[in-house]
Amino acid sequence: MDRREYVKLMLAGSVGAGLFLQSGCTAEDRRESEEILEATGADRGYTAIELERDQKLQEKTFFNRHERATVDQLADWIIPEDDRSPGAVEAGVPDFIDFMMLDMPDMQVPMRGGLMWLDNRSRDLFGAPFAGCTRDQQQEILDRIAWPDRVEPDWEYGMRFFNRMRDLVATGFFTSETGLKDLDYKGNQPNVWDGVPDEVLEKHGLAYDEKTLNESVQPGERGVRAEWTDSGELLRPRMVDNK
Amino acid sequence: MQIQTKGDLYDAVIVGSGAGGGMAANILSKAGLSVAVLEAGGFYDPAQEAYRTQLRWPWESPRRGASTHRPFGDFDAAWGGWEIDGEPYTRQEGTRFDWFRSRMLGGRTNHWGRISLRFGPKDFKRKDQDGLGENWPVTYEEIAPYYDRVDKSIGVFGTHEGRENDPDGFFLPPPKPRLHELYVKRGGEKIGIPVIPNRLSILTRPVSSERGVCFYCNQCNRGCQAYADFSAGSCLVQPAMKRGQVDLYTDAMVREVTTDQTGQATGVIFIDKRDREEYLVRGRTVLLGASACESARILLNSRSPEHPDGLANSSGVVGRYLHDSTGADRMAVIPALLNRDRYNEDGVGGAHVYTPWWLDNATLDFPRGYHLEFWGGMSMPAYGFGGGMDTLRRYVRDEFGNLSPAGGYGAGLKRDIRAIYGATVGISGRGESVPQYENYCEIDPERIDQFGIPVLTFNYRWSEHELGQARHMQDTFEEMLTSMGGELVGEKAGADREYGLHAPGRIIHEVGTTRMGNDPATSVLNKFGQAHDCKNLFVVDAGSFVSQADKNPTWTILALSWRTSDYIVEQMKKGEL
Repeated sequence: MDRREYVKLMLAGSVGAGLFLQSGCTAEDRRESEEILEATGADRGYTAIELERDQKLQEKTFFNRHERATVDQLADWIIPEDDRSPGAVEAGVPDFIDFMMLDMPDMQVPMRGGLMWLDNRSRDLFGAPFAGCTRDQQQEILDRIAWPDRVEPDWEYGMRFFNRMRDLVATGFFTSETGLKDLDYKGNQPNVWDGVPDEVLEKHGLAYDEKTLNESVQPGERGVRAEWTDSGELLRPRMVDNK
Repeated sequence: MQIQTKGDLYDAVIVGSGAGGGMAANILSKAGLSVAVLEAGGFYDPAQEAYRTQLRWPWESPRRGASTHRPFGDFDAAWGGWEIDGEPYTRQEGTRFDWFRSRMLGGRTNHWGRISLRFGPKDFKRKDQDGLGENWPVTYEEIAPYYDRVDKSIGVFGTHEGRENDPDGFFLPPPKPRLHELYVKRGGEKIGIPVIPNRLSILTRPVSSERGVCFYCNQCNRGCQAYADFSAGSCLVQPAMKRGQVDLYTDAMVREVTTDQTGQATGVIFIDKRDREEYLVRGRTVLLGASACESARILLNSRSPEHPDGLANSSGVVGRYLHDSTGADRMAVIPALLNRDRYNEDGVGGAHVYTPWWLDNATLDFPRGYHLEFWGGMSMPAYGFGGGMDTLRRYVRDEFGNLSPAGGYGAGLKRDIRAIYGATVGISGRGESVPQYENYCEIDPERIDQFGIPVLTFNYRWSEHELGQARHMQDTFEEMLTSMGGELVGEKAGADREYGLHAPGRIIHEVGTTRMGNDPATSVLNKFGQAHDCKNLFVVDAGSFVSQADKNPTWTILALSWRTSDYIVEQMKKGEL
């Protein structure tokens, strides 16, 4: 089904669960979009100014090679591979973090300084920068900065740095395609909401009351144009089958 | 000096294409008037692929939808924000106001929450009840027929509840509550706080053949390809343009309203942002719908010998009585929702339930009410999701009930982020503030924007009334969240943090700067939105509001603009305009 056909169906209210906007554009869509692009520069929902700004950022990289190696290792320490999904590096998280450093320049000093602080501590303790330490040595350092409730005063810089890094890695992972699959997110597609599944309601000891069931929208009536009595009462179409 | 003229002499020149301007354009053109609409931003149509952000995935944004540039993130439909390059404003020392502007066809209706509440009978007569502020020059009964028309033509879902100050309307059926919303409902029942179906301008059934119905993606703020939610560009301006009679000027930054020697409006001067030239558009009437503050700015910048203090400002109250809704929030984790079953819970683009103001201020130590908005559920992750585990993780329990440590890393952290997904619930209080003469915007004598137009400077402080209300909100949040089995996150905001009150302007309900009234000495407009000082000049945005109510302003802007438009047509027929 092409997009135009699809939008028509949406207009008619007849698109059910399972139908998905994946067929791409028609030639006419592309022409229309190209005209807009030419006239305004807008594309993919971005304005021309936004596109230009992002393109410039994407041409640069923030981390040097050593920093990037450290970020890669930290990312997989924070979100490792497990039985459900790959780790942060495979999900492309370090590239995302690199972009964010350019996108939000206020993060640059804490990030760069934090990485250097980490190397300084690693050298003090183990004679090598963090990325050159063994796994056991790395874990020993992480355990002194990763648990906010038991950080020694002298290690608080590291805790703050690691809190930021944890935030970036976690958000980078769980907003990636890999992460959404891991979370088992089911939405972002056309569907017809008809309430919480019965088995879930039951688990939580909840139920829709009679009033809610009567007044809520029924999937079968969603294509029927609304009409009211003079006093504002909605006329409900007779439903053969609501499911 | 000769200025270039665009178009013919229009029956109506409308500044702004949002709720107020869009509605006026639609109604006036339908009545056969020739209409020019001037919009300071660009053309926008969410149904066209080039503009589409709906149904995009977080990774389609390099910043995963972070709010680096757009205040509500990359996918939000708003072009603009609290700060716009080249269009500054200032604040007077020791005061706060953040001014949100959307520069695009449809203005701020492209990304609003679609909460569509009628003001109630008491909302129009607050002074009668608490002696503060001023009464509106109209009653609920006078506006009700227009609310009815807005309901039927634009569409809003809701239920008949028979509440005294939350009038029912012509409603579409609401969607069933989500799981956390059932927790909210049950929690409210325990402590006597009503939780009823929300009232959102989203089509759960069609109201016309021009617009589709909701397909439950939870993304109204991104603009809808099916036009299943209300935005002024898609639902009012574009249909009016298709019928003919309406010329849309985009990137048209209006500087001033022009007047003749008799003091009547003759048109507007705008700067075309693309060629940076000045143009004149002439009209028999001029309608300002540029937003409360932008319309005030245009009036104050329209000085002439006949109107030395700015147009329609003989009272000196243009810019005065600026007020925004109050706002404060709180969040909790619901342990019973940890490790929930997964299913598509997107629903419509907003909460399916809400709490209207349920108490009587006569028995409380603050004068005006607030409503509650609820958030939570398994919505699509975006930038920020999974963050904050240095504090939030300690709310996560394993299957034996053991609490996790804060922070950490590794497989345990990964597992706990999955566990907490969809288990947080938040409440936002949104309340009525008391309009004050001392809260105002005026022209900054020192600053201009990139188009050479003098900018606004703001002077706004919350009063004891809003602080008292926010204190009460914080108590309500705790009571409500606890009652639904939640564990409160973070510290309760106390007096030192102004009880968590957001800065004025942050709720984006600026109203009151050109208020209506019967007395030309204390108001700018009459009860039809017509300037006391200039009979062919009208204001159709929320500048006309005398008070804001504990409701959202859009539905009332639409109703009042429709009423003003009818009045203009009638007056033209009578030869009065």
